[in-house]
Amino acid sequence: MLVILGLFLVLPILMALWVSVSDWTGRGSPFSSNVGFVGTENYRQLLTEDGLSRQDFMTSMRNTFYYVVGVVPLQTGLALWLAVIVNQKFLKGRTFFRTAFYFPSVVSSVAISLVFLFLFTGTGAVNQGLSAIGIDGPVWFSDSRGLVHLALDWLGVWNSDAPPSSLAGTDVLGLSMWEWLAGPSVAMSAIMVQVIWTTAGTFMLMFLAALQDLPAEVEEAALVDGASRWGVFRNVTVPHLRPTILLVVTLGIIGTWQVFDQVYVMTNGGPAKTTLTPAFLSYQAAFLNQQWGQGAAIAFILFALIFFLTSLQRFVLRDKDEAARKKALRIQRRRARAGVTA
Amino acid sequence: MRGHGRSAAPAGAPRADGLTVHRSSSVKKVVVYSFLMMFALVYVYPFVVQVVTSFKTNADAVDHPLDLLPDPFTVAAFHRLAETDFSLWFRNSVIVSLLVTAGRIFFCSLAGYALARLSFRGRNAVFTALLAVMAVPGIVLLIPKFLVLNYIHMYNTFPALFVPLLVDAAGVFIMKQFFESIPVSIEEAARIDGASVFRIYWSIVLPMAKPALITLTILSFQGSWNELGHFIIATNDPSLYTLTRGLAQLTSGGLGSGQQFPIKMAAALLMTIPTALVFIVFQRFFTQGANAGAEKG
Repeated sequence: MLVILGLFLVLPILMALWVSVSDWTGRGSPFSSNVGFVGTENYRQLLTEDGLSRQDFMTSMRNTFYYVVGVVPLQTGLALWLAVIVNQKFLKGRTFFRTAFYFPSVVSSVAISLVFLFLFTGTGAVNQGLSAIGIDGPVWFSDSRGLVHLALDWLGVWNSDAPPSSLAGTDVLGLSMWEWLAGPSVAMSAIMVQVIWTTAGTFMLMFLAALQDLPAEVEEAALVDGASRWGVFRNVTVPHLRPTILLVVTLGIIGTWQVFDQVYVMTNGGPAKTTLTPAFLSYQAAFLNQQWGQGAAIAFILFALIFFLTSLQRFVLRDKDEAARKKALRIQRRRARAGVTA
Repeated sequence: MRGHGRSAAPAGAPRADGLTVHRSSSVKKVVVYSFLMMFALVYVYPFVVQVVTSFKTNADAVDHPLDLLPDPFTVAAFHRLAETDFSLWFRNSVIVSLLVTAGRIFFCSLAGYALARLSFRGRNAVFTALLAVMAVPGIVLLIPKFLVLNYIHMYNTFPALFVPLLVDAAGVFIMKQFFESIPVSIEEAARIDGASVFRIYWSIVLPMAKPALITLTILSFQGSWNELGHFIIATNDPSLYTLTRGLAQLTSGGLGSGQQFPIKMAAALLMTIPTALVFIVFQRFFTQGANAGAEKG
């Protein structure tokens, strides 16, 4: 079993590392003598050299950044909120609600994507629902307009048809500032809604398990002492849930940066490349365009990014009391040692 | 832990109710229930639409997407689906899922036991490697996996669909954690009676590990049934497509003109039924599986 684990996990990564610094085109073995070593060329094309590769890669990073920033807080918040409500003691039919919220998590993302494609068509259920309350819904999956563009246009900050030249004229890493600030496109927002809807159930279960470990007496004691419901939630419940929140956010970040299935099934990166993600771009470059070096390089950059983000987030959200205590202990010990030597 | 939490709840319940009476509990109940009903509707409705639409005609589905009664009622979508390779994909999915599930039960429990109980050189190194593997995002491994399959000439063969999925680091981890929670004394008694390591594992430990094994079975079946990425990179031969791959293809014009939503909904429905059945039967264990993930952190 370790052989299989090694064969399919360690060795492959080494092979991919080699491919990411080679010019292999998918023909023959990547280790044959006619495959050349190109050094960091593939990485440079993605990160520093002007060109289509970098433009696509940066577009995918932008799209996924907005996607993550939108999905992670909302799915965490929704999951926590559902858990708190489902955890109410007087609630009857708890199992039904728990099942209903969790069920999408176990269904194939492909099946759910098919359903959401139908719900979000131009004349689909969502738009009919919206028109019932007087809103003219967009043609979701063909709409590449960015939400930030739309919102600030609506507020009168700028006119999307004639973007301010200060933004449209400034290029940063192959994309104009105007494009960087687009926000998630309407099409991407539909995918975000779907993913939040699907994943909240799983995280709700994690929160529920943690909530059930919180003795009811603790919350009651706080209530008896005159704390408000909101106060109890903020000062008793949330601190108790801290490790779970940390876990959910971490898993959320890891999961959302990898978004692939929905893009593959629903949009193929369109409209106007606004749902392109690094994972899909990596697949596209390697398997469809035969630029294996570039595909592998994207995968490694994505890996590095996820690794960096989760480490950073762990550091920022670390238990500050714990850290302070450890620091105090260190100082104490150092003093004690100094005292001994003196 | 969950059992403890649940049993503690009824004990505290009367007091909590006593308190909430002061705080206009009926208003609160109405608010909570209406929120819940609203969300339950949002969660259940898409599945209802899926079922209903698969019995509609294409025109009806396009014109009346919200109507919950097909008019006229038709099973034409299922007939059309039968003309595609759907049954082939379904068969492939069933075979792959069963093989992957069986493989994971066998390999993950064996490896988990070895890591939990046997002392051998490099055990810590192996465990560290396992954690490292779990930390690597799956999507990053698509290209590496393809490279190996290609290198050993397994690409585009049936084994490519399931062999790489036979062991799964998270599964090993779950089993290891579980075996460590079983008291060693039972196994020691058997050892004194002269049982071999494999014998102890097979006749004593494995039967005790039933809850963990069921969790593992469910996670493996559901995971391989819903897997998409691996099947995309393991083959490009249409006769080796699984349900996920085949259905993903349907969206990119595999059905001729028009959107043909009833056919897609019918396909999605048939694909969801096996998972739904497993989910309903083993619901209790599903929740445990989700929480097993929580222990990773």
